[in-house]
Amino acid sequence: MDYINIFIKSIFVDNMIFAFFLGMCSYLAVSKTVKTSAGLGIAVTFVLLITVPINYLLNKFFLAPGAMTWISPSLADVDLSFLSLIMFIAVIAAIVQMVEMIVEKFSPSLYNSLGIFLPLIAVNCAVMSGSLFMQERGYANIGEATVFALGSGIGWFLAIVAIAAIREKLRYSHIPPALRGVGITFIITGLMGMAFMSFMGFKL
Amino acid sequence: MKNTDLIKLPFSKNNPILVQVLGVCSCLAVTAQLKPAVVMAISVTVVVMLSNLIISLMRNTIPPRIRIIVQLVVVSTLVVLVDQVLKAYMYDVSKQLSVFVGLIITNCIVMGRLEAFAMVQKPWPSLLDGLGNGLGYSVILITLGFVRELFGSGTLWGYPVMEKLGLYSIGYENNGLMIMPPMALILVGLIIWWHRSRNKDLCEQ
Repeated sequence: MDYINIFIKSIFVDNMIFAFFLGMCSYLAVSKTVKTSAGLGIAVTFVLLITVPINYLLNKFFLAPGAMTWISPSLADVDLSFLSLIMFIAVIAAIVQMVEMIVEKFSPSLYNSLGIFLPLIAVNCAVMSGSLFMQERGYANIGEATVFALGSGIGWFLAIVAIAAIREKLRYSHIPPALRGVGITFIITGLMGMAFMSFMGFKL
Repeated sequence: MKNTDLIKLPFSKNNPILVQVLGVCSCLAVTAQLKPAVVMAISVTVVVMLSNLIISLMRNTIPPRIRIIVQLVVVSTLVVLVDQVLKAYMYDVSKQLSVFVGLIITNCIVMGRLEAFAMVQKPWPSLLDGLGNGLGYSVILITLGFVRELFGSGTLWGYPVMEKLGLYSIGYENNGLMIMPPMALILVGLIIWWHRSRNKDLCEQ
């Protein structure tokens, strides 16, 4: 697998939202205007790009079965993979908190535009699943994991901006009252998911 | 609020998926078949109940600034336990659910109930609130799993219902779209439509 293959695949074929429905909660809640959803999309991409490589190293050198042989050969049969959920979420929560503080210090304007969403990213399924998929698919080196993280982030960004643009237009259309808001968003996401399914089996 | 309401409301007026729109990710991804849907429903119910109880017991000692990390640690400990139990006793289902067991940690229902209820309420109502919301989530999950497996692959819990009814011999075909992911979204959309036309006060303007 080369980098471009992983990149394209993680944006379109394995799109976090349309293929796996990850990060749906914020996707539904924040997609009312294009501007805020683009901000959230960038923040998610950024956090994915930092946490996945860190969790990759953590997995490779501490958590995977027999990973700790670099400390001493006697640790070859130690398997800490049951701890990976706690470790990953701790890393994510810590990074999100750190990113929040750094952005607040160095770029108050960006902080003000993202402010509310930054802490919420810690509990965004898309970020957590970035690390979990990275572990499950077993990428060969840290470069592949990073490219995968970037691709998934961009895929998520594209999806939320697309639905926000559609929802801005929807405001002027006549929808049955009971279907307004969440209901129609679900159905449109389903239709968009079908369109994205045409990428399935796409090989580079 | 009365204790019975805590159990009853999540089924109708305050359903976590249909009204609060929480925990949607897992509800869509694991419902292509009934069995993983039921296992997922039970796991989430257990985690919501216990995490609500534990956080409610600790609510007066958690500093507000780091509460999200404390909540995440409690929830992820419970999820690791569930994950290990599933791996030990139901290995095939746990393979099918793959990362979605781990994603219970970031399931918005769990965090949502902790933030909205368990941080400010006594342990017993919190436990009931967790049970109610877990069951409200389970109802939707099991409905989706039932419909999608029955019409998508013609089976229920792996038992070939449509074949035993002899429908294939008179020209019945499975609807392959049902097991595809997008159909889950459309079904939830339709359920929301039905639910809101029954409860007019929930409609958005």
